[in-house]
Amino acid sequence: MSRAGYLALGDQLATSAEPLIRNLVRLAPIRILLNLFGRLGLRGRGLVIFLPYAWLALFFLIPFVIVLKISFADQLIARPPYSALWELSEKGYLTIKLNLNNYRFLIDDALYWKAYLNSVKIAFVSALICLIVGYPMAYGMARADKAWRNILLMLVILPFWTSFLLRVYAWIGLLNNNGIINNALLGLGLIDQPIVMMKTDFAVYVGIVYSYLPFMILPLFTALEKMDVTLLEAAADLGCKPLKAFFTITIPLSMPGIIAGFSLVFIPALGEFVIPDLLGGTDTLMIGHVLWNEFFSNRAWPVASAVAIAMLLLVLVILYLQSRFQRAAEAP
Amino acid sequence: MTKAGFIAQLSCAVFIGLLSACGGSDEAPSAAAPAESTEATATPAPSAEDNVVNIYNWSDYIAEDTIVNFEKETGIKVQYDVFDSNEVLEAKLLAGNTGYDIVVPSAFFVARQIQAGVFQPLDRSKLPNYKNLDPEIMTILAGYDPDNQHVLPWLWGTTGVGYNVKMIKERMPDAPLGSWDMIFKPEVVSKFKDCGVATLDTPAEVFPTGLRYLGLPTGSQTEENLAQVETLTMGLRPSVKYFHSSQYINDLANGELCLVLGWSGDVFIARDRADEAKNGQEIAYFIPKEGALLWVDTMAIPKDAPHAANAYKFLDYILRPEVIAAVTNYVSYANGNLAATPLVNEKIRADPSIYPDSETKAKLFPNVVNTPEYDRLTTRAWTRIKTNQ
Repeated sequence: MSRAGYLALGDQLATSAEPLIRNLVRLAPIRILLNLFGRLGLRGRGLVIFLPYAWLALFFLIPFVIVLKISFADQLIARPPYSALWELSEKGYLTIKLNLNNYRFLIDDALYWKAYLNSVKIAFVSALICLIVGYPMAYGMARADKAWRNILLMLVILPFWTSFLLRVYAWIGLLNNNGIINNALLGLGLIDQPIVMMKTDFAVYVGIVYSYLPFMILPLFTALEKMDVTLLEAAADLGCKPLKAFFTITIPLSMPGIIAGFSLVFIPALGEFVIPDLLGGTDTLMIGHVLWNEFFSNRAWPVASAVAIAMLLLVLVILYLQSRFQRAAEAP
Repeated sequence: MTKAGFIAQLSCAVFIGLLSACGGSDEAPSAAAPAESTEATATPAPSAEDNVVNIYNWSDYIAEDTIVNFEKETGIKVQYDVFDSNEVLEAKLLAGNTGYDIVVPSAFFVARQIQAGVFQPLDRSKLPNYKNLDPEIMTILAGYDPDNQHVLPWLWGTTGVGYNVKMIKERMPDAPLGSWDMIFKPEVVSKFKDCGVATLDTPAEVFPTGLRYLGLPTGSQTEENLAQVETLTMGLRPSVKYFHSSQYINDLANGELCLVLGWSGDVFIARDRADEAKNGQEIAYFIPKEGALLWVDTMAIPKDAPHAANAYKFLDYILRPEVIAAVTNYVSYANGNLAATPLVNEKIRADPSIYPDSETKAKLFPNVVNTPEYDRLTTRAWTRIKTNQ
């Protein structure tokens, strides 16, 4: 999300949460904890910055290192089903064994890069559709009057109150040959044969776009809401047609939101497993499924880890490119 | 954007990626939350609240009152979670600390799990009802679990053909029912493409079956035979709507499918659901004359089971003829309890597709445990078949 968006959101949260925080700080356990952090030299700003980094180290960095470690191990029939990387002999020799074969698999077998490529394609197209569908919605929300805006914002967030899995399952009921859509069309006499929608790439796109649309709308909304509308008035005064003003003023100014929304949809869609598994056809080859196969069918935890690490590298490259774009977009 | 900004954004995005991946890795969603709660009870602190037994079993695989009756009788609280694939269960077992006291893997998976040291050997002195078990089934189990040290039979069944009687008859009046030709002959199976064909999503079931159809040894782990069975399965690929190991129950019941290569009891569940719904779908099952896989699902106690004593009580309860007979009556799978057979409903007991006669039984064959290398080859072949690449 654009930094401006985050800051605005943060401000809003801070003002509404202030009384709550004041009351929380009075609680004994929290006071003791704050005291402890204080003794360690973590106060105020330092504490606020420390917490997210500690969270990241605990829940991202450490699991990542574990996965990286497993990706260099050998597959074993044991519990856990992989070998240890290092061994300290009685004489004090430390032997480290790194198995690079797991990564060689990824290069040797075309399956893996085809799966990566197909995942990138599906994620890219989904993000693009999300952008096309989400932009008008975000635009409408940002230009609606204040009272409506909050209701609309609520409506965008509302689906998250139901389990993601249930919402994907609901699509099965809609898209099936005997499903609601086909039955309605058959009943109206618009078609004679049910349209095959389930177990196709189409269903996967529907599922991904539906599930991730809010991640596109929210950053777009924050970007568009911040926009200075008088710029459009100025453009109109100077004789610029609305459509041209939209493309030369609104779009460039909402670029940070577009890029943020795009990556918020693209990156999770890349590793998506549930949606293609439930809605996709047997020939929908995505990296999430390849990883599942390595982990569960082959019990090859090391190869599965290598697949995951390779995907992370792919995401890193994309994020790097995204940050370059974003910098360009935010530059005056 | 600053470097710190980039890192913060990166970690945020990766987090979302991880979250979605975590959500996805759990095939049995209903099991996810209870599994966590059982972990909380896994800490070894015996107390009154600790009088529980944590069971991890297949979905749709127990009678409605089995657990209730056990709880009433013993006062032990049962926490019952379900899964729908051996692979998911195995991954949890291999990671350790599942918190489960009883798990129900298929015998075919048990051999490797025993080798990995996942289960504790059973103390038969704590299982007075052990004597009820069927020696024939125990001999089959001994093929995976030498001397029957670790596992007991839950239920057993076959991997055969389920079909929608009316839909098949409409499309092919002289359909070769009773033979694997229904599935493996491209010119036959392609006739049913429009009404929906599905197979189990595991090469461990489909490939040995295909090998048997080709007249090749089902336990052969050679690349040449694998290539042959791959070609055979490729032939049915264009007619298959999907490969999935549990979804076909519902879809067969409501007429979305007309032909499946599936597990006997699951087809019977589909049949019963169709009957209950009175939707006019008539579902049937046969064990093909060429022979079929016989599989046994087994009960075992993990080494790190937090409530092993309660687990023994539950195992012995299940070994009672009347208890397991009620399960068989409910789910239509045969059990491995000889004393229970007279208590099973006449309709099920006399059904040769559930309790096969000795002639059919002679054609059933158990699965063979693969080497990791051969496993990788079969998974790869399976992916080629499913994705056409």
